[in-house]
Order: sequence, then structure tokens, then C-alpha cells
Amino acid sequence: MIFNPEYESMDENVRKKLQFARLKNLVEKLYGDVAFYRRKMDVLGITPRDIHSLEDIAKLPFTTKEDLRETFPYGLLACPLAQIEEIHMSSGTMGVPVVDAYTKKDLDIWGESMARTLAGAGGTRDDTVQNCYGYGLFTGGLGAHYGAKTLGANVIPMSSGNTQRQLMVMQSFGSTILTCTPSYALFMAEEAEEAGIDLKNLPLNKGCFGAEPWSENMRREIEDRYAMNAYDIYGLTEIIGPGVAFECEVKDGLHINEDLFYPEIIDPETGRVLPDGEKGELVFTTLTKEGTPLLRYRTRDVTFLRREPCSCGRTTVRMNRLFGRTDDMLIIRGVNVFPSQIEQALIEIEGTDPHYLIVVDRGPTHLDEVELQVEVKKEFFSDETKGLEGLRNKIEAVMKSKLMIGVKVKLVEPKTIERSMGKSKRVIDKRKL
Amino acid sequence: MEIKQISVFLENNVGRIGEVTKVLAEAGINMRAISIADTADFGILRLIVNENDRAVKALNDAGFTTRETNVVAVEIKDIPGSLAKVMELFQKSKVNIEYLYTSPEGKEGYAVVIFKLEDHVKGMRIVQELGLSTL
Repeated sequence: MIFNPEYESMDENVRKKLQFARLKNLVEKLYGDVAFYRRKMDVLGITPRDIHSLEDIAKLPFTTKEDLRETFPYGLLACPLAQIEEIHMSSGTMGVPVVDAYTKKDLDIWGESMARTLAGAGGTRDDTVQNCYGYGLFTGGLGAHYGAKTLGANVIPMSSGNTQRQLMVMQSFGSTILTCTPSYALFMAEEAEEAGIDLKNLPLNKGCFGAEPWSENMRREIEDRYAMNAYDIYGLTEIIGPGVAFECEVKDGLHINEDLFYPEIIDPETGRVLPDGEKGELVFTTLTKEGTPLLRYRTRDVTFLRREPCSCGRTTVRMNRLFGRTDDMLIIRGVNVFPSQIEQALIEIEGTDPHYLIVVDRGPTHLDEVELQVEVKKEFFSDETKGLEGLRNKIEAVMKSKLMIGVKVKLVEPKTIERSMGKSKRVIDKRKL
Repeated sequence: MEIKQISVFLENNVGRIGEVTKVLAEAGINMRAISIADTADFGILRLIVNENDRAVKALNDAGFTTRETNVVAVEIKDIPGSLAKVMELFQKSKVNIEYLYTSPEGKEGYAVVIFKLEDHVKGMRIVQELGLSTL
């Protein structure tokens, strides 16, 4: 089902006009009301009068994660604070978290984009959504929640974790749509199998999975174990949260809600806009947001755009599954982690050289597991096991508090981690994504 | 007697202990006692050797992390109950033992036990006061 055919199946030329009108409005508003953007445009010698067509977006400045850090917390607010109804924050990467402040209209747009997402998976008002994305500052939980409400479906606000209860609810309430990270879906399937629960015979028949990269193999495994259709969804806190793009029943690329979030693909080195079909960095402009609208936000995600029509009837552009990142960010259990954060934390802990290696893998539980190998400095070596175990426990505790994820620390002999001449190889990602 | 022990940090990998003994063999070092403390992830090899400085240098040159620690070597009669008697004395004097192991170095009819004491200075004083025979 297409939730909003007027916009999702809009004639391409009509949509371009709409996008241009929205862009023009946005640029005028940012230039007038947000000092940060006015400065950026002044530096480039651009005013809203220079924007004559949608293509002119290429003249406008980019927004980067560093910009978000500098403007924390309210530097990008484009409306009076009194109009803000809700604030979310991303998982706190690179020291300062990313803020998304929503007005009433922004929350409506969010609900709409997630309703489109759930409908893309075949969801209707007759469905019961078991929402196991975390509720709270993380955008996953409430984003999916608002989407289910806008769709008119029944939503069970489970939040993440407590797997035994998830399975009990799944059986008792007859949930039909599952929303969570793909690795958690597999983890629950394992637990269900152990508990002797036959997932295939439950009413659950579709799932919207995102917040972390996953593979076609994982999709097949989830579909197999649950006897369901599993769909990939994409979003990021900076833009709105989940609801930026989603797969339809064809499962061949993710439809971008481009009347709301205007996508571009650029060359990450030069910033030049690349034609459709070419691989590069995905950039979004939020066309309708009021609270914290962003101009040409560089996601650092690598993909390409496809314009050819989709048999589902939507005319919106599709983005391919992600190929990776232009930076070294890792997504671990849905949490963004930068190797530099780990390095800083290690330097702060006395007795450890910042010689480390991050090994990420998906264990038998299908959940991401991180092993942090740290070389033991001579000064900190002890002849007693409790000394070294204390060091290991301390590093694990610091990592847990700084990164928000559990990391298993392995102490290794000095000089065993490979030194390279240029940029050290700090990460080995064994996940098959 | 107070003696120096060399500890070597080892990952739990095949062949690592062999590497240490090879380095010592090539340097012509004689070992007087050896013991290993192991955890799931790593091990600490503890050695008493005849020439500390040369042994440490050889190991460091070969890339091992080492540390020298003061331990106490006590000579006891090789008969049932000898160690129990020493332990009882330590307990009465509230000397806490971190770990211990034995050395084959003792003279005929004697055994040598190496003690790592929590408070080495106090431990040494008590060992002397108790008149324990040290190596």
C-alpha cells in the first residue's frame, strides 16, 4: 500500500517544482533566521536571490558533523524555542551529541515519513506493530511509534531488550509487524528457538529493520526464521530519525521521501554533485523542517541514486543499500563509534599505550561484538594476575561509559599490533555486511 | 634470602613459552625456577635465573615485556609437614602470600619454596626473625 500517493507517486516534473519551491523557502528562512547559515552563505558570496532552480542547490554550502558540534545545542535552531515540542539526540559520537529539535509540524512530518515506511512494508491500520527500537533520546523508538500512529495501526511500545517479554508479547498480542535492529531480530529468533517457540506460525509477517548495516544473507535468515518479509529502512537523527528512506515490497533499493528530504550524491573529495547512478557520498537537505533544518548535510554514507520507475507505483528516487562510509565511523549495535573516541579514552587511562586494534564481529548470537586489543606498556605490567585484570577491567569500564557499548578488552604483548608507515590500521571489521 | 624474579607477559598463543625458553637458551641462561600464572586471555611467566641482567636484556631485546620483582626463597626439609609449618608461622605473623612456587635447586634432602609476599619488607623481616633457612 502507498500511504500518500499524492506525494509518493507524484509526477517527476511536478515534484521538482515542489522541491524547488520548498528549497527556496528554506534558503530564505535560513539566511534570515539562522546566523550560522547566513555566515556560511556570506563566505560563499551567495544570497537566496542566487537560487533560480533546483540545480542551484550546488551553489549552497554543505553542513558537516563538525558544524553540528560547533553549534551545539541550539545554534541551528530556526524557530523560537517555544515552538519546539520534542528534542532528540544521537548516540553522542565524537564528544558532542547531535541534536534534532522538532516543532509540531516536524513531528507530523516524522509520523508521515514513518507511516510511509511501514506502509512500504505492507503495513495498514489493521496491523499491530511490536516496536522494539529503544524509546528515549534515540530516534528509533519514538519515530516508529509516531509512524504507527499516523498509519492508524496499533503500536506496542516495547522498547529494546527484555527478550523473554518480547516473545511473550509477540505470542499473546499477535503482533504483525516487528520494528527493531536486524541483529536484534536474529537474536530474538535464537531465543525463541531455545524456548521452543515456533515463530513461523505466529501472526508476525513483516519487519522494518534499520539503525545498522546488514546484509542480504541476514535478510534471508530473518525471513526464513520468522516466515516474514524483512525490509531495510534508513534514517539519521540529523535529518529526522528513521523515515528518510525505506524499501517497498519489491525490495530493490530504498525509496527516499524526497519531497521532504532532498538527496544528492557528491564526490566526497571535491564536493562536486555526481549524476544519478554514480557512487558517492549521500547528502540531504531537509526541505520542510522548521526546528533544525539542515542544508546539504553530509551523511558520510556511500551509495548511489536510481531514477528508473519502480513497479510498486512510487515515483520517488531510490538509494541503493549503503556501501560503507567516507569516514571511519563504525555502527555497533546501532551505536555510532569512532576509533578516535577509543584512542582518547585509552590515552586517559594511565599505563596503556595508545596501541590498539578494534576487532568487530557478529558472534553466534548475531549481535555485534567488539574486541579491543590493547598493548600492555612495560610500566604497567605486573607480576600478579590481579594487576593486569584490574587494568583490563578499568579499560572495559571506561569504554562502557564513553561509548555506551560493551567492549571486551584483550591485553596483548607490546609491538604485536601491526605498525604501518602511514595511517595505522585500527579496525578489523569481520561482519559480513 | 631476597632474590629477583623476572616476570614475562605472555598472550595465550601457541609457542610463546617456547619463545622465552629459546631466547634464554641462546643467551646461555640457566633457570633455577619457573612457574606460570594463567588466565583465560593471558599468562605471566615467572622465572628465577642465574644471571638476571643478561636474561632481562635478552628478553627485552626479543620484544618481551618483563618486570623484576623481589621474592623470598625459603629452604625447607623435604619431609611431610615442612611447608605446613612455614605457612603456620606466616599466618601467625599475618604475612599475606600473593603466590608461591617451588624450585628444584635445593640441596640433597631439602626443597626451595619461592614466596611473593604482599608486604615484602615486613615479610623479609619476619622470615629473618623466625629464623627460616633461606637460600
